[in-house]
Amino acid sequence: MTRLLLFAALALAVSAPAFAAERPTLADLEDEVICPTCNTTLELSSSPIAERMRVFIRARIAAGDSKGEIKDKLVAEFGEGVLAAPPRQGFNLLAWLLPAGGALAAVFTLAVLARRWRTPRGEPTAATRAANGRVPLDPELERRVDEELARYEA
Amino acid sequence: MARRTRILLQAAAVAVVASLVVLLAVEVFSDSKGRNLVSAVRRGETPPAPSLELPALEGDKRISLASYRGKAVVLNFWASWCEPCKKETPMLQEAYERYRGEGLVVLGVNAQDFRTDARRFAERYEVTYPLVHDGPGATREAWGLTGFPETWWIDRQGRLVAYVQGQFSARELERNIERALGPA
Repeated sequence: MTRLLLFAALALAVSAPAFAAERPTLADLEDEVICPTCNTTLELSSSPIAERMRVFIRARIAAGDSKGEIKDKLVAEFGEGVLAAPPRQGFNLLAWLLPAGGALAAVFTLAVLARRWRTPRGEPTAATRAANGRVPLDPELERRVDEELARYEA
Repeated sequence: MARRTRILLQAAAVAVVASLVVLLAVEVFSDSKGRNLVSAVRRGETPPAPSLELPALEGDKRISLASYRGKAVVLNFWASWCEPCKKETPMLQEAYERYRGEGLVVLGVNAQDFRTDARRFAERYEVTYPLVHDGPGATREAWGLTGFPETWWIDRQGRLVAYVQGQFSARELERNIERALGPA
């Protein structure tokens, strides 16, 4: 029994900070919510509707709502445009994927171009030049030169 | 890179740029449509009113402007947090009661506001004319609105006959209602 109580106390001690961390603050939401009349985040707005939204958020925090629940309620009132960042689902997922895709494509293009610029077409690489100090011949050409030289010497 | 792949990539890039240009053009065009209405009415023209259909502030039904064809409409955009709206609302209620028999409807569009606040406001000012709710303010662009309150007067044929940006005076309200109602 003592062990059980000890375990329960320990579990409570571990989970209490986690619950406390889940409870949002006004500041947590102020930079994630847009004021609908001024189109800036709530933290930058002092318009009447922004003030009213702050009152609403404080009331919902006091009522025990999570950040997600408060955002859902604001979306139900003002539409998805009230969120500073679009939700990561459905069509809105594109807003997150496209910039990342664009950045990857840019890196890939730069890498390809850089490689091309470093190795101009038709010329030997710097590595082969450094290896023997002269431009290497095409193997077929080299074979023909050897044949011609042999015939000449004969 | 193979010639075919290069052409495909170039085509894809052109398609992406073209679709972005189209999106930009649509956005600019839809924004300017509302502003054009305002300019047209100020020049004395009577362009047709844009469509409007929104959920009623109370209950589940939707109200459309088209359903009032044959009546003159005062379309008032308001919010509970807007100070001039507190002065306009009793005037609109009075006008509604006075001209209702002659075929006038006042339609209040509550926008960018909490529903609960809007309902409290309507209760406080004893509003009996129909009210609709547009939380995101999605209709504002099409009507060329820039703030609160703003009011349009629409005649029985669904044409815009007058517009006031900001708080209207009692004289403006009366004169524009008479224009919207037309000759008796």
